[in-house]
Amino acid sequence: MRHVISLLIENESGALSRVSGLFSARGYNIESLTVAPTEDFSMSRMTIVTTGSDEIIEQITKQLNKLVEVVKVVDISEAAHLERELMLVKVRATGKDREEIKRTADIFRARIIDVTDASYVVELTGNQGKLDAFIGAIDPALILETVRSGVCGVGRGDRVLKV
Amino acid sequence: MVLSGAEIVIRCLQEEKVEYVFGYPGGAVLFLYDALFQQDKVRHVLVRHEQAAVHAADGFARSTEKVGVAMVTSGPGATNAVTGIATAYCDSIPMVIISGQVPVAAIGQDAFQEVDTVGITRPCVKHNFLVRDVRDIAATMKKAFHLARTGRPGPVLVDIPKDVSMQRCEYEYPKEVSMRSYNPVTKGHSGQIKKAVQLLLEAKRPMIYTGGGVVLSNAAEQLTKLTRLLGYPITNTLMGLGGYPSTDRQFLGMPGMHGTFEANMAMHYSDVLLAVGARFDDRVIGNPAHFAEEPRKIIHVDIDPSSISKRVRVDTPIVGDVKEVLDEMIRQIESGEARPNPEALASWWKQIEQWRERKCMVYKNSDEIIKPQFVIQKLWEVTGGDAIITSDVGQHQMWAAQYYGFDKPRRWLNSGGLGTMGVGMPYAMGAKLANPDMQVACVTGEASIQMNIQELSTCKQFRLPIKICNLNNRYLGMVRQWQELFHGGRYSESYMDSLPDFAKLAEAYGHVGIRVDRPGDVEGALREAFTTHKDELVFLDFQIDQTENVYPMVQGGKGLTEMILSAEDL
Repeated sequence: MRHVISLLIENESGALSRVSGLFSARGYNIESLTVAPTEDFSMSRMTIVTTGSDEIIEQITKQLNKLVEVVKVVDISEAAHLERELMLVKVRATGKDREEIKRTADIFRARIIDVTDASYVVELTGNQGKLDAFIGAIDPALILETVRSGVCGVGRGDRVLKV
Repeated sequence: MVLSGAEIVIRCLQEEKVEYVFGYPGGAVLFLYDALFQQDKVRHVLVRHEQAAVHAADGFARSTEKVGVAMVTSGPGATNAVTGIATAYCDSIPMVIISGQVPVAAIGQDAFQEVDTVGITRPCVKHNFLVRDVRDIAATMKKAFHLARTGRPGPVLVDIPKDVSMQRCEYEYPKEVSMRSYNPVTKGHSGQIKKAVQLLLEAKRPMIYTGGGVVLSNAAEQLTKLTRLLGYPITNTLMGLGGYPSTDRQFLGMPGMHGTFEANMAMHYSDVLLAVGARFDDRVIGNPAHFAEEPRKIIHVDIDPSSISKRVRVDTPIVGDVKEVLDEMIRQIESGEARPNPEALASWWKQIEQWRERKCMVYKNSDEIIKPQFVIQKLWEVTGGDAIITSDVGQHQMWAAQYYGFDKPRRWLNSGGLGTMGVGMPYAMGAKLANPDMQVACVTGEASIQMNIQELSTCKQFRLPIKICNLNNRYLGMVRQWQELFHGGRYSESYMDSLPDFAKLAEAYGHVGIRVDRPGDVEGALREAFTTHKDELVFLDFQIDQTENVYPMVQGGKGLTEMILSAEDL
């Protein structure tokens, strides 16, 4: 089962390697991991997308909680939540492809943020499925590079992850 | 008051009432050693290899309730310490390790004697710090000691660059530690404890299974009280020996791979299992699938939530300090009406006595050749069963655990989790310094002892009259045993040729060496070591039966009820 785990961690050097080291040492999967400081610069928020049985997810959250620098851990996928991921796709855009890519981008509510006479950079935000669908809708031969941020997540409504 | 970083470190050690630092100097810690030199509160024990420094500090901690402290230099000093740190980590031993580092500006430049100590030790410490600013030293040291001794204890490393130890700043030792990210639970949930007590009292085939957590939490008294109050059978794991008096009738011996038949059967066929400060290790429950075949309710008390439901599904988890939880259990039982069901308990004990009748610990003694079990039994007699026994790792470790009856906690020091050969002598050094009035013996083998044999020199310098009982069978005994049983008797690299004359070697270091070849001489040699040579280190080199194996045995991957009781079962 896929889970999205959010955590608050002290914004100190080495904190990220404690988390990633834990996952590799114990053989847990990381599908994606994003991290950046919060509004309180002394703390970072991390979103980890992982897969595993209920027992493994339970161990992952317990092991994360055990790390001294981890302040709080929540499996946000246990209840209603939002996920967003940012993707930048550089595509070859020449001839009739230019119009086609523009149309596809509009359908996905993506934005073209860089234009040259031979390429576009398309910016797209959404959940993983939407981003995957956009990639699927573009001729693979036209894709020059893709960059994905990994998933950011937040609980809906009253569910707040804060100290 | 303005002090140098090095002086601050030593001041912090004084504040923490550290009596001994075990260590080895080097370039990156010269200022620290200079500060050590200029005071006399914290004493330094100069080992001969950094691994032994950490083990000795670990042994010091295991034999007391105190935090062990080791100090090593950067680079090889730190890498040599890693085995010691990992050993302490696996057994949750409170320790602070101070390592020197190259100057801040040199970090990352592949400087002389530079390694990423914080990176290398990260997976085997409870936490570690690199102190980049002299103004952070005092607060970091305070945190290090706090982290090491609270919650589930463990080693904490503080890496200090040379220039940071040289710089000066205003010193004040913080009175308190406050970390928003670290607040271990100590008080168990009272509702959960209530449920557990009810389960326990309703049990028909109860069993108490306890581990190192009881020793670490200093809860032997509470455990003994609870066990006697209930009248239930109890087993202590390798790490938990001494948590309950082994000479008591309710004690069934050690469980697991080399545990007793009765302990393993009672573990397996219990209907309610109370696990306290133990973690259902693979050496304890064997195959978890086989263990799960028998339905039973499990109550698990542990300070570390991640130990609960890790290898077996637990019905009633209680997160908290073992001592506090046991106290609350006793309180609830004593203040309630309910008592264990006497008929059910009587028939359960009848069953257990039948298992006990198998006398799984009986071995064939000999007049011709020294049996290792016999040496341990004699060691118990000669020391009145009240010595601190350290061991290395292998067959001798199991024999010591099986045949030296531990009645008190912190008397049995061994590397249970990591299984590190070479810990025995340094553990004995640390234990002897911490308990100068107690008898301290190291049970070892000719292979393990050679992994830190250089410490005979440290023992001479610091006059540590430990007694080394070398069960010498000229083989890596446990390896040989597995090769005999599971690898068709192909003894690949398990025979050791060209061994030194250990008695002479001990003498060369200035100690007493005694070689013992005959069973009739075992007791006399031991008495000589503990009386005539009471104040000297004595190296007893017992030439034991080369073919002796450790039984009973649950093979790897097998279940607890599938035991080999002796060679005749093969």
